[in-house]
Amino acid sequence: MPGLTANANRVNDFVVKFANVNGTGSASANSLIMKAIFRMGVPVTGKNYFPSNIQGLPTWYEIRVTRDGYAARATQVDIMVAMNAETYSRDVRELASGGYLIYDSTWPRSSLLQRGDITVIAVPLAKMVNENFDGVRNRILLKNIAYAGVLAALIDVDLEVIAGLLNESYGKKPKLLDSNSKALRLGYDYVKQHLTSPLPLRVEHLDKTRGHIMIDGNTAAGLGCVYAGATVGAWYPITPSTSLMDAFKGFCERFRVDPATGERNFAILQAEDELAAVGMVLGASWNGARAFTPTSGPGISLMNEFVGLAYYAEVPCVIFDVQRVGPSTGMPTRTQQSDLMLCAYASHGDTRHVLLFPANPEECFYLAVQAFDIAERLQTPVFVLSDLDIGMNDWMCPDLQWDDAYRPDRGKILSPEELAGLEKFYRYVDRDDDAITYRTLPGMSSKGAYFTRGSGHNQYGAYTEDSAEYQVVLDRLKRKFANAPKYLPKPVMVGKGGNEVGIVSLGSCDGAIREALDVLGRQNIGVDYLRVKAFPFNSDVEAFLKSHSTVFVVEQNRDAQLKSLLTLETAVEKSKLHSILSYSGFPMTAEPIVSGIRAKLAEAPRLSAVPRKT
Amino acid sequence: MSYINKPKVAHPSLPTNTLGMTRRQYEGSMSTLCAGCGHDSVTAAIIEACWGLSMRPEQLVKLSGIGCSSKTTAYFVGGSHGFNSVHGRMPSIASGANAANRGLTYVGVSGDGDSLSIGIGQLVHVIRRNVNMLYLIENNGVYGLTKGQFSASADIGTKAKRGDVNSSPPIDPVLLALTLGATFVARSFSGDKAQLVPLIQAGLRHNGFALIDVLSPCVTFNDHEGSTKSYTFTREHYHPAVEADFVPKAEEIAVDYAAGESIPVSLHDGSRVILRKLDPNYDPTDRTAAYNYIETKLKQNEYVTGLIHINETDSTEFHNLNRTAQAPLNSIPFDKLSPGRAALDKLMARYR
Repeated sequence: MPGLTANANRVNDFVVKFANVNGTGSASANSLIMKAIFRMGVPVTGKNYFPSNIQGLPTWYEIRVTRDGYAARATQVDIMVAMNAETYSRDVRELASGGYLIYDSTWPRSSLLQRGDITVIAVPLAKMVNENFDGVRNRILLKNIAYAGVLAALIDVDLEVIAGLLNESYGKKPKLLDSNSKALRLGYDYVKQHLTSPLPLRVEHLDKTRGHIMIDGNTAAGLGCVYAGATVGAWYPITPSTSLMDAFKGFCERFRVDPATGERNFAILQAEDELAAVGMVLGASWNGARAFTPTSGPGISLMNEFVGLAYYAEVPCVIFDVQRVGPSTGMPTRTQQSDLMLCAYASHGDTRHVLLFPANPEECFYLAVQAFDIAERLQTPVFVLSDLDIGMNDWMCPDLQWDDAYRPDRGKILSPEELAGLEKFYRYVDRDDDAITYRTLPGMSSKGAYFTRGSGHNQYGAYTEDSAEYQVVLDRLKRKFANAPKYLPKPVMVGKGGNEVGIVSLGSCDGAIREALDVLGRQNIGVDYLRVKAFPFNSDVEAFLKSHSTVFVVEQNRDAQLKSLLTLETAVEKSKLHSILSYSGFPMTAEPIVSGIRAKLAEAPRLSAVPRKT
Repeated sequence: MSYINKPKVAHPSLPTNTLGMTRRQYEGSMSTLCAGCGHDSVTAAIIEACWGLSMRPEQLVKLSGIGCSSKTTAYFVGGSHGFNSVHGRMPSIASGANAANRGLTYVGVSGDGDSLSIGIGQLVHVIRRNVNMLYLIENNGVYGLTKGQFSASADIGTKAKRGDVNSSPPIDPVLLALTLGATFVARSFSGDKAQLVPLIQAGLRHNGFALIDVLSPCVTFNDHEGSTKSYTFTREHYHPAVEADFVPKAEEIAVDYAAGESIPVSLHDGSRVILRKLDPNYDPTDRTAAYNYIETKLKQNEYVTGLIHINETDSTEFHNLNRTAQAPLNSIPFDKLSPGRAALDKLMARYR
C-alpha cells in the first residue's frame, strides 16, 4: 500500500470525508461514525458542508479524528467515502497523497477514480443492500449504514460502541434496529472477508472525551435562552439560525410546560419577516419579558430600523446573528464572519452596539445567558455573533455547567414601592451618574408611566427639538457605551504576552489559531494571542495592541472588519496590523495562519530571530 | 392645536367613575395637531371610553407608529405607558408586548399611511395572529406630516388640495379585516362621538383583535370640495347600519329594545354589547354577509358605519392557541423558567 509510510503514526489523527447526495439520509450514518469515535474516548470534530437545497445536490461531511483535540477544520483529507458519482473527480483530487478512497463498485469503476498515489477500495454496496433489503427508500437509507460498517472495519471503530448507539436510536423500533444492525454488518463483514483491515489510519481507545459532549452552537444558544429565563422568542426562518429557535422550542416543551394543565411558560412568535421579529422582541422586552430573536445577515439588514429605535429609546434586545456568507443572499450554507461592521454600527444616525463573540458552542451557552443580563443592564440591543460553523456543526465541548445561585440581572427597573418613594419619575435622567437610567414596566403604577419614542426626546422623556436637550441624551448614550466594557466578558489571552508578535482574533477562528500556535511553537516562533469576546473593546485589547510591535488580525471575511473596528476604536497604528483573512465559506484552517505569519516574519528577520517566550 | 394648556386642577363637582376619577385624569399631554383635526375628536372619544370603563390607567398600554394619528397616543391617558415606535411597525411591538403580558389592555392608534402602505404587512399579520388589542385607524386619505400626498385609502377620483386627482383604487381596511377573519370590525366617524365611544369600549373588551376604522378628516390637506374624505362628504355619505350599545359588566340593561332588531352579545369579561340594527336586512354576526353588504354599499359611495362584524365565540386569540400560562409571562418566577443544574447535568447525556 502506498500510504503506509506517509500514514505511520496516524492512529487517532486523520480525516474522513463523506461525499453524498443531499436528501438521502446520509447524515445519520455519518454522525453514527463520529459519535462512535467520540465514545471511544477520541476527540473528534464534525463539519457539514451542505448545499442550500433539499434533495439531489452534492453534500459532504468531514470527520476529523484528532487525538490532540484540535477544533479546527483539518488541511487535508485522508479517507474519502465517495458515494456521489457526480463529484468523483473533485473528491479524488482532494485526497492527500497516500490516502484511501472508498467507492460503490456495484457499477464499473469510473475512469475518474484513478490516481497513482492513493488506494482505491471497492465495495459493492448497492448490490449487497439490494440483495438483502426491499424498498427503494429503505435501500437508499441502509446503504449509508452499510458504508458506515465498511468504514468501521477499515478504521477499527469498536462495533460494540456502534451497536450501543443504534440501540439508543432504534431501541423502541425493533424492525429498524434489525435492519440497521444487519446493514452495518454487511459492510463490516465484507471488509473483513475481502480486504486487509484495519488501515494504518485507525482509531484506538483513548480517554480524552470524558466530561465532554458533542453539541452544536445553535442548540447550546437555545438552551442558554431557556436557562436565562427568556420567555418570548420571535423569529423568521433563515439558514443557518433556524435550529436555534427549534432548540429553544424543544427545550421549552420539555421544561416549560405545566404537566397538569398543559399551560406554557413561553411564547414563540413566527413573524412575517425579520422587521416584525425584532419588533416583537422590543415590545416584549419593553414590557418586562426576556425576549430574543435568532437570525442571520440578511435578517440583520432588515432589522436595522428597529435596532436604531432600541438604541435610542433604550430598550433591551437580544439578537443572535448566526453569520453566513454575504453579501446579499450570498451562500446561505457556508460560514463567514462578515457582519461585524453591520452589527457594530447598525441603523442610521449615531448608533453603536454591544457585540459578543462566542468561539464555540460552549460559549454560545454562556454568552446567551450573559447577553440578556447585559441587554437589561445597559438597556440596549446586544448582538451575539455566532456563525454557521459554530451554530450548525458538532463541536466537542466540556459539559455545560450551571450555578443554581444564578439570578438574572434585570438592570434598573423600579418597583412600584420604589416608585412610590420618588417625587416624580423621569425615564432618562442619569440619577446614578453611570449613564444608565431607570425604567419602569407597564402595568405597575401610573406614576411610572412614560412615553417611549424614537423621536427626539429630552432626559424627562418628553418630545424635544431643542438642541441642548437632545444632546444631553445623546451624550449620555455615548458615555453609556464607553462604560459598557465593565459589564462585558474580557478578552481571552493565550501566552504570557512577552512576545513581540501577537495575534488578535475572534469567534470561530480560535481553533485554527490554537493549532497554528502549536505548529509555530514547534518552529520556535513565539506568538501571543488575544481573542476578543466583546465589542466595545476592553482596555486589555488596547494594551495588547500597544505591547506588540507586529499584530496579525485573523478573521473570516474579505474586508478585514475586525481590523477596521480595531483601528476605529483604539489608538493602534494601522501600520502594525496585518490581516490574515479566510472568506472561502469553509471554516478556517491553521494553514493560512502559519504561512501568513511565517511569510511576514521572513520579511522582518529581526522578529523571527527573537527567541520564543511562553 | 390648542394653545392654552388647561390647568390640572379639577372642579370638585366633575363627575367621577367607579374609581373616583374624573375625565380630566384620563387626559394626556396637549395635542399639537391642527385645530379641528378629526384625530383630536378620536382622542376625546378614547378618553371618554376609558373613563366610562373605569379603567385603571396603568392597565392600559398605548402603541403607535409614525404619523399625525400616531402622535395622539401621547394625548390621552397620561398615566399609561406609551410606545411610539417606527413607521408601520406598531403591530409587531404590540404582538411582543402582548406576548409578554396578557393581563393588560392594548390600544394601538395608527393612520391610513401607517397601516395601509408601509405597515400593511404587519397589519395583515397582527390580524391573522389575532392579538388581543384594539387597533384604531384614523383614516383621512392623506399623509399629513409630509403635507398632503394621497394615501392608499384615497378614493378613485378624489381631489388633492393642489388639484391632483387620485386614480388608484383605495384599500379599505374594513374589507381587508373581514377578509382576514378579524373577529371585531367596525367603522365610525370622528364626528360621531355617540357612535364611537361604545365601539371603543366594546373593542377594548373584545377578546381578540378589534379593528375600528375611523373616518377622521384632515382639516388642513383633505377637507376641500372634491375630496371624498372631507367632513362634508363624510357626513353626506355616512350610513350607520348597526349601532352598538356597550353595557359594562354587572350593569342592568336599562333600555328596552324592539325584538328582532337588537342582538345582545356577551363579551369575554362579562360585559355586553347590544347591537341595534338600523338596517333590518343586516346581520353583523355573519362575516360573509357583512362583507357583501359593505362592498355593495361602497360601490354606492356609502360608508357603512357601526359594529360591522363581531364574533365572540372564536377561539383563535393568540394566547389561547399558544396555551400560554394565565399569569403574565413577565411575572413568572425565575425558578420556574430556568431548569437548574440537575436538569442540565441530566441533559448532557443526550450529547455524548
